[in-house]
Amino acid sequence: MNVVTEIILQFGMLSLVAFGGAGAVLPELHRLAVETHHWMNDATFAQLVAISQATPGPNAIIVTLIGWHVAGLTGALAATTAMCGPSSLLIFFFMRFWEKIRATRWRLIIQTGISPLAIGLVLASGCIVTRGADDGWGAYCLTAATVLIVLKSRLNPLWLIGSGALLGLAGVI
Amino acid sequence: MEQRREISHSELFRGFNRIALSGFGGVMSWARRTMVEERGWLSSEEFTSLFGLCQFMPGPNIINMSVCVGARFQGASGAVVSLVGLMGAPVIIIIALGALYGRFGELPAIQAMLRGIAAVAAGLILAMGLRMATDLLKRPLLLVFSALILVGVVFLRWPLVAVMFGLAPASMWVAARRYCKAP
Repeated sequence: MNVVTEIILQFGMLSLVAFGGAGAVLPELHRLAVETHHWMNDATFAQLVAISQATPGPNAIIVTLIGWHVAGLTGALAATTAMCGPSSLLIFFFMRFWEKIRATRWRLIIQTGISPLAIGLVLASGCIVTRGADDGWGAYCLTAATVLIVLKSRLNPLWLIGSGALLGLAGVI
Repeated sequence: MEQRREISHSELFRGFNRIALSGFGGVMSWARRTMVEERGWLSSEEFTSLFGLCQFMPGPNIINMSVCVGARFQGASGAVVSLVGLMGAPVIIIIALGALYGRFGELPAIQAMLRGIAAVAAGLILAMGLRMATDLLKRPLLLVFSALILVGVVFLRWPLVAVMFGLAPASMWVAARRYCKAP
């Protein structure tokens, strides 16, 4: 199958199960891009995630970069459209019912049931990017320090990203 | 619902463009600041309700938010304009970065910087997951499902769609029995 068609089908499907946002679909993007299709290796995947985190805007922008890396401009636009399109259409038609179901018990049950899955997936994303990104004690320490700083302070992540770049340049990582 | 101001297509575009360009690593707090505090598009309650809807449905929350807000003020065309306003600039920026990466990514200095940024990026994602998990401490039984999906996806490499369809019913069943009692 043509690689762009593949991207549209696979990312379009992901769009509809992306509960918890882009962070929750990173493991599946990794499985598709690295393990199933061999579009890139572990380290490149982690670097693309790094670039997307250093870009302003929604985190979902990672799919644009994967699409670009795999199939250039067509791939980038196809990936973005496939990731945004289906879920956007769904919510466009669903939003008029929201006020009716908002206070119902089954709405609460669905949401309470899905949230632990979304949390597990975001943590899985963190583990997968760590596995691809970190290959030494310096890197693991930097990842751990980032977690602590983010949880304990309200520092803008841009400072952390900048510090990471400098520490990398200095040869610490 | 209270009376609604008229918000034009170009206001929607510029508003979401600004939201997109203001935020690094998560833009929802900027969305609230821009739409509720600065521009008065939505009341705080309206924002909270819409945010609940965007979390309930699949898809990145902020993208869902742009569709809902755009549709609310200008129908389908408003939804498209808001979505393009949100995604346009970041898409152009990341394609430019992707092109630079393709050209210069192998240079030792760039590799060194990217290794540092990647280690930080991993930490940012882990921290987001941990912060979300603290909300779940009130419902500890559900953490079992977080752990299952974590192990399944990272070590056993289960595909996402299968995992969601396999675990979601069980997790909802526990939620219904233990945490969402019938009134």
